[in-house]
Amino acid sequence: MTEQGLHLADQLPALQIALPLTGAVLCALIDRRGFGWFIATLVSFAMPVISIMMLAQVLTTGPISYAFGGWEPPYGIEYRVDIVNGFLLVLVSLMGAVVMPYARRSVAAEIAENKQAWFYCVYLLCLAGLLGMAITGDAFNAFVFMEISSLAMYVLIALGSDRRALVAAYQYLILGTMGATFYVIGVGLLFAMTGTLNFVDMAERIVAVEQTRPVLAALAFITVGMCLKLALFPLHVWLPNAYTGAPSVATVFIASTATKVAVYLLLRYYFSIFGAAFVFEDLPVTPILLIMSVAAMYIASAVAIFQSNIKRMLAYSSVAQIGYITLGIAEATPLGLTGAIVHLFNHALMKGALFMVMGCIAFRIGNCRLNNMAGIGRRMPITMAAFVIAGLSLIGVPGTVGFISKWYLALAAIENGWWWLAFLIMGSSFLAVIYIGRVIEMAWFREPTGAAAEATEPPLSMLITTWVLAGACIAFGIDSEMTAGVASQAAEALFAGLR
Amino acid sequence: MNEFVSEIIDHYNHWITIFLMVAGLYVVVARGNMVKKLVGLSIFQTSVYLLYISPGKILGGTPPILAEGFEVYSNPLPHVLILTAIVVGVATLALGLGLVVRINEAYGTIEEEEIFEEGEEE
Repeated sequence: MTEQGLHLADQLPALQIALPLTGAVLCALIDRRGFGWFIATLVSFAMPVISIMMLAQVLTTGPISYAFGGWEPPYGIEYRVDIVNGFLLVLVSLMGAVVMPYARRSVAAEIAENKQAWFYCVYLLCLAGLLGMAITGDAFNAFVFMEISSLAMYVLIALGSDRRALVAAYQYLILGTMGATFYVIGVGLLFAMTGTLNFVDMAERIVAVEQTRPVLAALAFITVGMCLKLALFPLHVWLPNAYTGAPSVATVFIASTATKVAVYLLLRYYFSIFGAAFVFEDLPVTPILLIMSVAAMYIASAVAIFQSNIKRMLAYSSVAQIGYITLGIAEATPLGLTGAIVHLFNHALMKGALFMVMGCIAFRIGNCRLNNMAGIGRRMPITMAAFVIAGLSLIGVPGTVGFISKWYLALAAIENGWWWLAFLIMGSSFLAVIYIGRVIEMAWFREPTGAAAEATEPPLSMLITTWVLAGACIAFGIDSEMTAGVASQAAEALFAGLR
Repeated sequence: MNEFVSEIIDHYNHWITIFLMVAGLYVVVARGNMVKKLVGLSIFQTSVYLLYISPGKILGGTPPILAEGFEVYSNPLPHVLILTAIVVGVATLALGLGLVVRINEAYGTIEEEEIFEEGEEE
């Protein structure tokens, strides 16, 4: 029995992918909606257990290397979990699990009955793709998983009830495929120069050819491709429509995981493969990323202020928040990187909570237009209180997670001697105050009218999951030891490199 | 001068790759018809197949089977990778066309401009 247990523990990295893929097939074969939800919940609750066990193992004994199918790396595909992607796996799988209890009622309300089993099938495929992107130690395998998750995401978005969701999914398909193809061109050039696809092996071999033209071109292609995927301003055009059109559950899941995994892959290439010295000292990546990030923080936030659909407003806010993450990368110091990684986690929590609130409102009044939300805070006080907490967190009020990330980012800016940047980080929070404030004013300080007057609190399953995330915004904001601690270890590991 | 010309001619496979890549991207950007955009996207993806496969072939090389008298082998890995990439490309194209069919049902057109005009009225 113990022998078998040990055996299973060795297979954890494979299970992380195999379980959701199997679950997806089961959902598709047994086309019943209750069953689909049951399988998806079972699988997505198993995922965080596995990923937390792996992270604990990484923290005590160092990186896990798993030779897929028994083929020794670098010849076969290696699954490699170190502290950076271990942390990311925990984030993605946790969000995947939190979404599930919420999904039952929300999906039942928003998606036609004969498509519900397929929704869960595609959701599991998306989860498998994202976890695969995070866990794999092989450049081409990462591309395949990227496409699995992206194709699944296009379908999730197209399942939205509005016909504009179809156009949004199509636009995302075109831009997402372009991004992935740019990435794979970069990988092809690296493969031609180094003769390997394994991240660790590539990191060793690239040193000899680092200054050649194909490697420089590869860096450019991978940067542009991943920036399309992670929606760095001005490559974000697919994001607002996609988040607005998708079903509520899909928006919650995609907003809190998909862009984060793309950021991880970019970090992996910049720090582990090309090396921080090459990317940030020999090449002008820092000023480019800095300009884009600051533009994202200000322009996207300013656009958010003028949106009448709150889901779209939060989508623009996501573009702005991604600006903070890339800002941390551009700072290129362990402190800045800690800020970026901790913001990956924190942004997933708060944006997840905010989009869940929007899902609850859509569940009761059918849409997320600001004008229809007058006075809804008086009818759905518990739900809207979660919005206030997550909104304050987005602004960066002390005691919430948003403050922790901005604190690290500002500290890193000051450490680099960029005082102006620290002020810009603080200044951009005021734009968040305006757009969050607009919703709070409308929801709490107006008399309820129209559909909002008859609205009641959403079902308990949706309310509790929303509050789990909103509560986490405060819990991790007060006690940041765990998240920031792991993030700073991850940042140090990235700077140490794979070599 | 001769060296420069032969340098260009020797790398003709890369020139074909680059031409397909840029032509595909141009079609995606310049056309408003959703099916034509997907055609462009497919050409763009196809250029990557060439990018991988053509450097994998070594002139005078044989398939990687150990045999006496053969010293030079071509790398088989690019072919395997591109087999996967072709499958990904087919899946993307199929999903894209599926979406275009649904868009045509919902809007009655597949021209982007007309769809955006309708979108503004809503």
